[in-house]
Amino acid sequence: MTATPDLESKPPAGTRRQMMAELWFYFRQNRGAVIGLWVTVALVLIALAAPLLAPYSPSAQFRDAFLAPPAWQDGGSSRFLLGTDAIGRDILSRLIYGSRYSLFIGAVVVSIALVGGIVIGLVAGFFGGWVDAVIMRVMDVILAFPSLLLALVLVAILGPGLLNAMIAIALVLQPHFARLTRAAVMAEKNREYVVAAQVAGAGRLRLMFRTILPNCLAPLIVQGTLSFSNAILDAAALGFLGMGAQPPTPEWGTMLAEAREFILRAWWVVTFPGLAILITVLAINLMGDGLRDALDPKLKRS
Amino acid sequence: MIRFILGKLLYLVPTFIGVTIVAFGFVRVLPGDPVLLMAGERGISPERYEQLLQQLGYDQPIWRQYLDFLGRLLQGDLGNSLVTKAPVLHEFLTLFPATVELAICAIVLATLLGIPAGVLAAVKRGSWFDQVSMGTALVGYSMPIFWWGLLLIILFSGVLGWTPVSGRISLLYFFPEVTGFMLIDSLLSGQDGAFASALAHLILPTIVLATIPLAVIARQTRSAMLEVLGEDYVRTARAKGLPWRRVVGVHALRNAMIPVITTIGLQIGVLMAGAILTETIFSWPGIGKWMVDSIFRRDYPAVQGGLLMIAAIVMAVNLIVDLLYGLINPRIRHV
Repeated sequence: MTATPDLESKPPAGTRRQMMAELWFYFRQNRGAVIGLWVTVALVLIALAAPLLAPYSPSAQFRDAFLAPPAWQDGGSSRFLLGTDAIGRDILSRLIYGSRYSLFIGAVVVSIALVGGIVIGLVAGFFGGWVDAVIMRVMDVILAFPSLLLALVLVAILGPGLLNAMIAIALVLQPHFARLTRAAVMAEKNREYVVAAQVAGAGRLRLMFRTILPNCLAPLIVQGTLSFSNAILDAAALGFLGMGAQPPTPEWGTMLAEAREFILRAWWVVTFPGLAILITVLAINLMGDGLRDALDPKLKRS
Repeated sequence: MIRFILGKLLYLVPTFIGVTIVAFGFVRVLPGDPVLLMAGERGISPERYEQLLQQLGYDQPIWRQYLDFLGRLLQGDLGNSLVTKAPVLHEFLTLFPATVELAICAIVLATLLGIPAGVLAAVKRGSWFDQVSMGTALVGYSMPIFWWGLLLIILFSGVLGWTPVSGRISLLYFFPEVTGFMLIDSLLSGQDGAFASALAHLILPTIVLATIPLAVIARQTRSAMLEVLGEDYVRTARAKGLPWRRVVGVHALRNAMIPVITTIGLQIGVLMAGAILTETIFSWPGIGKWMVDSIFRRDYPAVQGGLLMIAAIVMAVNLIVDLLYGLINPRIRHV
C-alpha cells in the first residue's frame, strides 16, 4: 500500500485534450452558443478595460447637461453618446463600469453557491442515511421560498448592500447545486471504478473529491452557467428594489431604480441599463444552452 | 391512491416545520432587541418594556417561545402588523385575491401561448418559426422583468396613452368587493366601463408576469414534444396510416404534456418572485408589493406572516402538482 494507483483520478493528458476537442466540436455546431461566447468575452474585456474605454468617470457630474438625450436624438451631442442621467452623469461610462459589477457578482455568487453546494451534496450523497435526510430537508426548506423573496428577507436581516446581496443570492441558489451533486454521487458511488478505488485504499475524502466528483461535473457546469445569469438578474432586481448595491454605485439594477421617476420624461435613462442586463444575461444563457447540448450525450445524436 | 397522498403529505411535514423555524428565527436574528423592534421606533418606558417582554413571552426559554409561536400559528394567529395594528392574516387575505387574479391571468396567457408555440416549433423543427420562437423564448427567459415592465409603461402608457400606469381600476368606479377579483366584481357591479377599466389595468402587469413562465413553458413543450416524436409508438401510429395531425395532437401531445404540466406547476414560485417586482412597478395592491413595503417599513410580524403564508402556498401548489402528476401518470404512484 505504498503507492496507490492513480489511474482513476487522472485520465492521460491525451484523453483529456480529446474530450475538450470533442466538447468544442459540439459547442461550435450551435451558432447561438458561439455568439453568446463572443459577447461574453467582449463583456469581460470591457469590464477589464473599463478605465480605458469609458469617456468619463462613472461619478463625474456635468452640471451643464442634466438628462441630455443620446447623440442621435434632437438636442443630443456626441459628447454624451448615450445621454446623461438626472444629475448629469454620462450613461455610457456608467454602463461600462457597471459591467464590472455584474460579472463580478455572477462570478462570486456562482463560486460560493457551487463550492457550498458541491460539498453539501457530496456529503449527503456519500454518507446517505440520516445525514442525507437532514441535509435534503434543509434544502427543501430553502426551496420552499421564492428565491427573490428569501434573498430580500436575508438582505433585510444583513443590511442592504452589494456584499450582503451576493451572500443572500448565493445561499438561495446553492440548493440546486447540492441536489445535482447528490443525485450524481448516488448514481456513481456504487459503480465499479469507485469500489475499485475504495479497495485500493483510497480514503473518504479522496473518494469524494478525486474519484467521484470529476464524473459529476457536466450537470454542475451547465447549472453553473444558468446560475450565473440568475445571479446577475437577482442582484439587479435587488438593486432595483433598493436592497442591493447602493447609489451612487453604477450597478445596472441600481441605475434603473434611480431612473424610475424619469421614465416618462427621459426614455434613455431607463432603456440602456436594462438593455445591458438583457444582453449580458442572454449571452450567458446562449452559452449555457450550447454547453448543455454539447455535454449531454443523449441530445448529441438527435 | 390515498396512501400515495398521505405519503406525500407526511413528507411535507418536516419541510413545513423547517419553514416555521425560518420564519420564527428571522425576527430573532435581526440585530437589536426584539421587544424594541416590536415596539417600533418611538421607544417605550421601562415598565411597558417589562410588560411587553412578558406579554410577548420573551422572558421564556427559546424553545418555549417557539412552541408558543407554533401554537398560535395553528390557531391561525400570525400576530398583528406594527403599522396598521390589524391582524397579519387578515391583511394577507385582503390583498391575496389581487395577486391571485394577476397570477392566474399570467399563467393562463403563458400556457395558451406557450404550448402551441412549443408544439409547432417541435413539429416544424429547424424551420424559421422554430428559430424565431425559440430565439424569442430565450430572450424572454433572460428578461429582467422589472425593466420590461418599465419599457411597456413607456410605450403603452407614455407614448401611445393606451393603458393606465398603475393600480387595479380607475378611481371613478367604486363598488362592493364580492369575490376580490376585480374582473368579476366589475362585471357584477353592472357599471358602464368598469370592466374595461379593470381589464386595461390588468393587461400590462399580466404580460410582464407571464413573460418568464411563457418562455419556460414554450421551451419545455418543444423539448418534450421532440422527445416523444422520436418514440416507437409515434412511428407505429404513423405507420398505421393515421393522419399526421392526429398523431401529433393525440398520441404525441398527450404524453408530452406530463413534464409540461409539472413545469407549469413549478412556475408558482417564479410567479411569486415575479409578483414582487411586477406589483412594485405597477403599484398593484397585492401581497408582493405588501411584502416589499413591509420589509422597508420594518414591519416584522407582517414579513414573518407573509413568509410563512407564501411558503405554505408554494408547498401546497407543488403538492397538488405532484398529485396530479401521479393521477395522469399511474406508473409514478407505485415507485
